[in-house]
Amino acid sequence: MTLNGWLQILVFAAAVLLVTKPMGLYILKVYDGTMRWLAPVERAIYRLGGVDPDEDQHWTRYAAGLLLFSAVSMLVTYAALRLQGHLPLNPFHRAGVTDRQAFETAASFTTNTDWQSYSGETTMSYLSQMTQLAFHNFASAAAGVAAAMALARGIARRSAGKIGNFWVDLVRGTLYLFLPFAFVLALLFAQQGVIQNFHPYVTATTLEGAKQVLAMGPVASQEAIKQLGTNGGGFFNANAAHPFENPTPWTNFLSMLAIFLVPAGLTYTFGRMVRRQKHGWALWSAMFVLFAAGVTTAYWAEAKGNPIHAAAGVDVAAGHGNPGGNMEGKEVRFGIATSALYATVTTDASCGAVNSVPDSYTPLGGMVPLVNIQLGELIFGGVGSGLYGMLVMAILTVFIAGLMVGRTPEYLGKKIQSREVRMAMLYVLIFPVVILLFTAASSVLPAGLKGLSNAGPHGLSEILYAFSSVTGNNGSAFAGLNGQSYYYNTLLGLGTLFGRFAMMVPALALGGFLAERKIVPATAGTFPVTSPLFVALLVGVILIVGALTFVPALALGPIVEHLLMNAGRLF
Amino acid sequence: MAAVKRPLFDPRIVRRAARDSFLKLDPRHMVRNPVMFVVLVGSVLTTLVLIADAVAGGEGRGDLGFTLQIALWLWFTVLFANFAEAMAEGRGKAQADTLRRSRSQTMAKKLTDPADRRATTSVGAGELRRGDVVLCQPGDLVPGDGEVVEGVASVDESAITGESAPVIRESGGDRSAVTGGTKVLSDFLVVRITANPGETFLDRMIGLVEGAKRQKTPNEIALIILLSGLTIVFLLAVVTLQPFAIYSGGAVPIPILVALLVCLIPTTIGGLLSAIGIAGMDRMIQHNVIAMSGRAVEAAGDVDTLLLDKTGTITLGNRQAVKLVPAEGVAGRALADAAQLASLADETPEGRSIVVLAKTGYGLRERDVQGMGATFIPFSAQTRLSGVDLDGRRIRKGAADAIEAFVAEQGGIVPPGVRAAVEAIAREGGTPLVVADGPRALGVVHLKDIVKGGIKERFAELRRMGIKTVMITGDNPLTAAAVAAEAGVDDFLAQAKPEDKMTLIKREQAGGRLVAMTGDGTNDAPALAQADVAVAMNTGTQAAKEAGNLIDLDSNPTKLIEVVEIGKQLLITRGALTTFSIANDVAKYFAIIPAMFVTTYPALQALNIMHLHSARSAVLSAVVFNALIIIALIPLALRGVRWRPGPAAAILRRNLWIYGVGGILIPFVGIKVLDVLITLLHLA
Amino acid sequence: MLKHQLRPAIVLTFALMVIVGLVYPGLVTGIAQLLFPRRANGSLVVVNGRVVGSRLIGQTFASARYFHSRPSAAGTGYDDTLSGGSNLGPTSARLDSMIVQAVDSEVRLDRAVKGRVPSDLVTASGSGLDPDISPASAALQVARVARARGLPDPVVRALVARHTRGRTFGLLGDPRVNVLALNLALDSVALPHDPRHPPVH
Repeated sequence: MTLNGWLQILVFAAAVLLVTKPMGLYILKVYDGTMRWLAPVERAIYRLGGVDPDEDQHWTRYAAGLLLFSAVSMLVTYAALRLQGHLPLNPFHRAGVTDRQAFETAASFTTNTDWQSYSGETTMSYLSQMTQLAFHNFASAAAGVAAAMALARGIARRSAGKIGNFWVDLVRGTLYLFLPFAFVLALLFAQQGVIQNFHPYVTATTLEGAKQVLAMGPVASQEAIKQLGTNGGGFFNANAAHPFENPTPWTNFLSMLAIFLVPAGLTYTFGRMVRRQKHGWALWSAMFVLFAAGVTTAYWAEAKGNPIHAAAGVDVAAGHGNPGGNMEGKEVRFGIATSALYATVTTDASCGAVNSVPDSYTPLGGMVPLVNIQLGELIFGGVGSGLYGMLVMAILTVFIAGLMVGRTPEYLGKKIQSREVRMAMLYVLIFPVVILLFTAASSVLPAGLKGLSNAGPHGLSEILYAFSSVTGNNGSAFAGLNGQSYYYNTLLGLGTLFGRFAMMVPALALGGFLAERKIVPATAGTFPVTSPLFVALLVGVILIVGALTFVPALALGPIVEHLLMNAGRLF
Repeated sequence: MAAVKRPLFDPRIVRRAARDSFLKLDPRHMVRNPVMFVVLVGSVLTTLVLIADAVAGGEGRGDLGFTLQIALWLWFTVLFANFAEAMAEGRGKAQADTLRRSRSQTMAKKLTDPADRRATTSVGAGELRRGDVVLCQPGDLVPGDGEVVEGVASVDESAITGESAPVIRESGGDRSAVTGGTKVLSDFLVVRITANPGETFLDRMIGLVEGAKRQKTPNEIALIILLSGLTIVFLLAVVTLQPFAIYSGGAVPIPILVALLVCLIPTTIGGLLSAIGIAGMDRMIQHNVIAMSGRAVEAAGDVDTLLLDKTGTITLGNRQAVKLVPAEGVAGRALADAAQLASLADETPEGRSIVVLAKTGYGLRERDVQGMGATFIPFSAQTRLSGVDLDGRRIRKGAADAIEAFVAEQGGIVPPGVRAAVEAIAREGGTPLVVADGPRALGVVHLKDIVKGGIKERFAELRRMGIKTVMITGDNPLTAAAVAAEAGVDDFLAQAKPEDKMTLIKREQAGGRLVAMTGDGTNDAPALAQADVAVAMNTGTQAAKEAGNLIDLDSNPTKLIEVVEIGKQLLITRGALTTFSIANDVAKYFAIIPAMFVTTYPALQALNIMHLHSARSAVLSAVVFNALIIIALIPLALRGVRWRPGPAAAILRRNLWIYGVGGILIPFVGIKVLDVLITLLHLA
Repeated sequence: MLKHQLRPAIVLTFALMVIVGLVYPGLVTGIAQLLFPRRANGSLVVVNGRVVGSRLIGQTFASARYFHSRPSAAGTGYDDTLSGGSNLGPTSARLDSMIVQAVDSEVRLDRAVKGRVPSDLVTASGSGLDPDISPASAALQVARVARARGLPDPVVRALVARHTRGRTFGLLGDPRVNVLALNLALDSVALPHDPRHPPVH
């Protein structure tokens, strides 16, 4: 670990802190309707769609709208991918995508996961990339934030029962939140060398006379929303490690900041909405603590390097121009510190873009992204999903520990009783059900084992990572797992759908239930939700609920692999 | 039964509870508690494996002793949890049994014609129905809850309330309710029975403490959902561990998987949950408060606003004279003399206190006014004065405006000095009584509410807990404000009419607050019904008692504060043990995971940070610890977590240290100690 | 209820698809092409009218006369249509043998000291297209390249220094040497006394 490495991490953390408040206020304006500079476009869309923008919806209607929109857009994408060969903007005449892959991809992008078992440069036409994948990058992000806003409204409102209008939230989120920021970021990226064109691939003759085909495409526009919307689906197979997606340390820094921009801002927005700004910061702090713990572990593990490789003759000590550590799968321009930071950020938030290969991380370094995902994608988290995930955990925290102050638990003045707990538990249960059951099946079934490229505990980690990633709607991968089979495409696709909607609906229900409740004013007897004590407690509950679920699996994956690596075992 | 302090482990109760723990193994009963049901299934499964191994012989045999021990301790886990519940029930039942015994022997004199007191038939108390009318004569036990329709009698309610002084019960008004099991001492009562057998307070109370009839409270239901959810999570974690183990190169024996599961699921809180609930109700009973539902006990912990009647709760029953302020030119002794004369025949507590003050302050002894040929002028609503006519003197005392009218009538005026004194006293919250002798206003008697000792500290405690106290009084705002300030309540409602109380409750509730109040009169009933926690005085009317959800047998309005504290203690105990239970899992993972894979991945021994002796002793220690901790925590569950009133943040911090951090650390120590013991005894 | 919501679901899908799927990337492309055409089109390096590669995309160098790039897992090496890393885990025997081989070849080629081989030079990058090597990896190759080209070490070392990029703002990322740029610069240096390529008079 180097001083510069720590400084980079620190500067990034400071940047996140700095953008939180302005971003929070901006988001507030987007969703309370005060921002109106695209009003004509907005109105036209509502008129066309027959949407009454003034309608306030019950949670069931809100959820139905969200599910319906997701279903329709997923079907459209499935069709568009299958029919790719007959559609324009396809300079290389890419054929239709296979059924299993089209299903998985459509599900994966609709759910903000962006798990990719294909490689973009050889599978997708420009039309598919832009109008399908990039469209979902916007729409799924806006839907995620919409759900978070709905839950937040439920908590903030008094005896209401209505939680907003999904269509309006969707449109406003797309137009005012993601579009302008993506536009600016895309241009910043292009200025740094991220490509943005519709040219066919270029064939170069290298200095040694070989032919090298250089991939082209509208990358910057997609790269920007992939980060801002915590989508993570790369234009290219190598994702953000690819120099055309992420050419410089500066684009790398902007990308990471873009990933945290909306999720961090949302904590402030939430604080404003419930008129408890300090609680917003408490949530932020809990996220930050977990983030800091993750990046510290990952950086330590990666900088320490792999003793097996050190024994092979690699100099793992940084210094004198040598990056040291474990550079397998990492880019020189980013180095160890920023790679570890990026891996932490992208899995804290449900982004899943990678600027290095998680599969090749040291066991503990690679366990950080895995655990980040398994904790529920709430360390800043996905756009929207991070906030509602954190709110569910806050509600559970208040319920478990709140009794200890001698009152039936209440969260921000709302009593937490059986139906709220039921929804929170449903939310929490999805992860163990989907991740553990699917991983367990795949770890013994021949169809599951066939996809492995690594043996031993690392193989188990690959499967576990895959299902954690899709269920957490992250999309990053221990990419050694070959997910191109009916078995994996189907299960992984289903995983994304469960991880998205089976969790989003309970979150919306929670919002609906809480909206109906009265607000009990806070007194000295109220469970404190703004103190450092609360932050510690929240972090504790997240770790206990999240981690205890996965400890046995982790013990047989990365943990034992770490011990075996130190003992020099190879598989 | 009143305030019977039982030792925590009364041998008789323990014996019965031990037997009940086995009866409760009935799956139909167990399924009510999902966490312990899973343990039961695990125990059965392990036992089946044990039998299969024993029958099959061969390789499995070597593990027989170990599997047997695991199976035994799993069964113990279930039994210990049942024992906890049975103990709590036993203690509650013991309280109720005392009363039940008295009632079953009672014979009632049933009146066939309520109007005719002579024609009675003797029936057992258990056969009485609502609406039956019975006669109770001196020495009779009142056969059931009812309302006095005729007669006045003194009744010994000590059997219920523990209060030895007899109380008056009479028809009509606020003292018409009688409780079954109390004894008529004098005169007679005709009582209309208001509860069918099985529906009396006692029956309800017995029902509440007996597990089978006990209804789960909202918070308890929510907690069970949480615990069931966690159980499913751990079930998944353990079930999927087998495929992972197979992938890694070796399946794990089923008893060890079951052991891990049982250690992980929240058995501590799952096993003690119902005991905590029953014990909470039991503690209410020990304070002579009968909860009509567990919900009421829970709500008591949540109360944000306490409505307290001034008289009797905050102040002693009555005002007392504390000072005499003579008019200019009037000797203090002359005023005292007149005030004493005016009060000698006044038997109200205020009047008595003036006489006392004249004696202690001015050395004036009591005189026999009657003997002096004086005419006593009693208080009347028209004049609003009282006093005495003696030797042509017309001495009166009364409110300032009434005396002013009286003096003016005599041709005098009240001097400005007296007016100033009146205002000064009123400003201080006292009640000024002006004393006049004919046209001369002699001065002012300062009557003051006496705030109960220690009450201010209690209110300060409540404030620290975030509970707002509101004093209800019929006094004018000035007086009310002064008493409120002296007693340290947060707010007051002056010149309160019953409907004002109702409005106040509704207003507080509209603001999201939970309101508690006490009441006894029929006119309190609507407010009691509206309040979230309504403590009805046992001396109150039937209407009041039916409207309340808690009944205070001592009829002590200050009890409300204790009720709140018991409610909080119940919730704290639940929360503390939940936290403890979940925190325990950390150590258990460290004990069992390395042990499970000792052959597959010896490298995992690095996680054996407790340096447990062997894989078997590790698993066994964890299971034994998990079972014993339930027994160890039974006293805590029954007694409730000790706590001191204070701000939520302070209580939370303290409990988190003890039950959160302690919950993480204690099992490390406990499992290590058990491992050493098990190794020493060669059990594994 | 669902029927009422079907219309907005369909309309919004297509409306947003047009806005964010066509208008937005179209606009970004237009502006990017206008403002930074070279970069938006791939930072291509053109020598004598021929595209020899992209400044951002690494390529394979096998000749001793060139600085070598890092091992690549993209296709057969630096294949931009098959970007990606090795995806081999830390306890992978295959990865270990690849690294052992790479170290051995460095020992042979550059007289590297076992245990002192820069970590980037023997490991594959995440993209398989890493255009850079670390300054230490460049330094290790200087002697060999100089020998192969018959250049004095200091000349080559100076070239390396000139093509070493520091951290962005002195802070972000790691110092690095762009291999393609460095090798192009090498080619453009006059070659005074190369035994195999005698100077043409």
